[in-house]
Amino acid sequence: MENTINLKLQVWRQESADSSGDFHYYSMEDVPVDISFLEMLDILNENLTKSGIVPISFDSDCREGICGTCGFVINGIAHGPQARTTVCQLHMRHFNDGDTLVIEPFRATPFKIVKDLVVDRGSFDKIIQAGGYVSVNTGNGPDANSILIGKEDAEEAFDSAACIGCGACVASCPNASAALFTSAKISHLLQLPQGQVEQRARVKSMVDKMDEEGFGACSNHAECEAVCPKGISIKNIANMRRSLIKSIVK
Amino acid sequence: MDINKAALPEKEIVTHVKKLDGKSPGGELHDKWSKYKSEMKLVNPANKRKYNIIVVGSGLAGGSASATLAELGYNVKTFCVQDTPRRAHSIAAQGGINAAKNYQNDGDSVQRLFIDTIKGGDYRAREANVYRLAEVSTNIIDQCVAQGVPFARDYGGLLTNRSFGGAQVSRTFYARGQTGQQLLLGAYSSMMRQVSKKQIELFTNKEMLDLIVIDGKARGIVVRDLKTGDIEKHTAEAVVLCSGGYGNVFFLSTNGKNSNATAAWRCHKKGALMANPCFAQIHPTCIPASGEYQSKLTLMSESLRNDGRVWVPKSADDKRASEDIPENDRDYFLERMYPAYGNLVPRDVGSRAIKRVCDEGKGLGATGRAVYLDFGSAMERLGEKNISDKYGNLFDMYETITGESPYKKPMRIYPAIHYVMGGLWVDYDCMSNIPGLFVLGEANFSDHGANRLGASALMQGLADGYFVIPYTLGNYLANNSLDAVSDTADEFKESIDEVKKRNESLLKIKGSSTVLELHRELGAVMWDLVGMARTKDSLAQALEKIPQIKDKFWNDLNLIGNDNNLNKSLENASRLADFIELGELMALDAYDREESCGAHFREEYQTSEGEPMRNDEKYAYVSAWEYIPESPSILHKEDLNYEFVEMTQRNYK
Repeated sequence: MENTINLKLQVWRQESADSSGDFHYYSMEDVPVDISFLEMLDILNENLTKSGIVPISFDSDCREGICGTCGFVINGIAHGPQARTTVCQLHMRHFNDGDTLVIEPFRATPFKIVKDLVVDRGSFDKIIQAGGYVSVNTGNGPDANSILIGKEDAEEAFDSAACIGCGACVASCPNASAALFTSAKISHLLQLPQGQVEQRARVKSMVDKMDEEGFGACSNHAECEAVCPKGISIKNIANMRRSLIKSIVK
Repeated sequence: MDINKAALPEKEIVTHVKKLDGKSPGGELHDKWSKYKSEMKLVNPANKRKYNIIVVGSGLAGGSASATLAELGYNVKTFCVQDTPRRAHSIAAQGGINAAKNYQNDGDSVQRLFIDTIKGGDYRAREANVYRLAEVSTNIIDQCVAQGVPFARDYGGLLTNRSFGGAQVSRTFYARGQTGQQLLLGAYSSMMRQVSKKQIELFTNKEMLDLIVIDGKARGIVVRDLKTGDIEKHTAEAVVLCSGGYGNVFFLSTNGKNSNATAAWRCHKKGALMANPCFAQIHPTCIPASGEYQSKLTLMSESLRNDGRVWVPKSADDKRASEDIPENDRDYFLERMYPAYGNLVPRDVGSRAIKRVCDEGKGLGATGRAVYLDFGSAMERLGEKNISDKYGNLFDMYETITGESPYKKPMRIYPAIHYVMGGLWVDYDCMSNIPGLFVLGEANFSDHGANRLGASALMQGLADGYFVIPYTLGNYLANNSLDAVSDTADEFKESIDEVKKRNESLLKIKGSSTVLELHRELGAVMWDLVGMARTKDSLAQALEKIPQIKDKFWNDLNLIGNDNNLNKSLENASRLADFIELGELMALDAYDREESCGAHFREEYQTSEGEPMRNDEKYAYVSAWEYIPESPSILHKEDLNYEFVEMTQRNYK
């Protein structure tokens, strides 16, 4: 049971958005393999605090992989080496004794570094504000069963709606494109009758906003799909493009 | 615990003589809400834009309230501690949301949902509120579908349902195991629509640190910008608090790391009554803590107990691997103790039984705080494929966390805190005793009594935000002429000074105990002495120990960094200071309530079969505590009068 490993950590430290940052080096000894990656950082932060050093700032909340709060890059991969797993669900048993781990924030121009590993992903909210909703006021909904949706359509809409907004897709894209995030919301609503009414205006407005916020264009690298902890498919991007063309052609 | 029992003093509880009034409207139960709506005063559309409304929190309650109030035309300012409102902890809810749609034609009705909820809460909730909750539940599903929430569907395109505990009908709507996420994203998208219309002003990374009360009414808040440390002030005509529950007082819980009691507790210190604080629900099937570094706990769905069998080795000395322990040496203790319900006993009963066998030393692993949930016989009976179809997702999640496959080895589970029924006291309008301070969702105490049924938390958060607050807030504004207030008022100045001074004093202590160490210490006391089973002695001990932790906190805290940028240790320290005070009140409330009801189990008050024994003669009241600086809290009582249902003893044998 008491299986432990020793690690060398190389962690990006940056005081604020305006200051410059650099890597700091820490040795971690006797890390139990059954703890999570964030619990390993908790231990490091306890040690730093006790030595009078400001602990490393990193975001996390649910630690169950659903809130999308956590996220950084480990050895060049957003959310680390375990596929379809957020860093909060990544456990130390996937690492080997003696490993060196390079830990950096999600890097993309629209994601400003707040401090250390914490970045500002507020631009995602702005993309949703541009049309990621159905315009229906509270109290206006017809009886829920009056809108028929086939099981398969509902399942596909769910697959797109499962995005947790963590930003790993942006961080791993060579162009820092938000196409996977944006298209997941567009596809979710596109696949449901409720989303049809505003479809044309929505896709145009959301894509424009994505550009305006400084995200790059999608050039089909598919890195986003590879790192997405929720397995959101790049099929969504194709849906978005098709829908965009339709909205322009008319 | 090393305190000499004989030395513990009797606690004297100071009780306020005048009874609290929940202000339920008169008339027949099913007419109350319609009568209220037809008689309430309205704010005309042109006047709504003159009102500023502050909403604190962006979960199901805060998100739905913000969107709905903005749609009506109020100027809404929404605050959340996260970097975006979509991350509020409602997102982690798995199972589903109840609604009395009766789509399954299985005999459901508003009346039945009402009865199930009142009974599930062990007759400690207010009748009129619970009935209204059941009544508006059907509108919630319509609203969410209209927003595009992808609920599970049947092949014909109609909505499908699943069953949950405490009900004999299928009324739970769901979106795979991520219902909370999908409902929250629905409310969030409605909110974002209003942000784009400039009807909501959004404040992310801001933590409410004080409530401003002017002329006896809630008129604003003071917040700290978590990125810059700046203290800001905001005025309003009303404050709607939707800040969630306080389960993290136990340190280990299924709550998110940022869930905290601070906003609610600061309101309490400004005069808002805290109701039934000791009612905290414990979920029996969570992945156990693996060691001393554990930071939070993860729930494993209740549905697993349909096929999983719970057991421990018969002998405490039996340290063999599970596969080496023959049937004869296993104790399937739930099946033994509760032959009728077996592994499917209700949450509170199952949790207590698991604790009991672990206390006897039969618990598993290094911590001794785990029991097996075994699918071996189910797989033999139904085949691995069948089990995988039913529980595949959950088995994968378990393996991700523990590294063990439940197909090969039994799961290990242990109970954990995951919801609190207690919260700030509110009347039928969801308004606290401070006029203008409304409290919605888990942050209030109102609808679940002493125990919440599964899939009812999502229902309540959205009921309050979508369908209650738009009416009751308007009624309040129309009935009260509110003078303009300025953020230069003395009340703001004093509050800001105090908030700043408090943060400075936290940073000045320079002791040796970290926030995490102190929070773990508090959690251990709360769990051991104010947890699943409580006694007069354990609570008296807690009431001795918690002030010692408070003392240690304020004298020996090791906090690094400063107050002018992102400092998570400071945030956590500030929240822990409030958790410590709240923990003490929880112990006092549990000490006062000399009965067992729902999740509150006082070992002295149980039937010969180990079931909770209520005392309706003496304790059919809501305990609502008033904060008195430097003095014991005063107990106010709201009597619970059951006009429409008969109070009976729950029995699960």
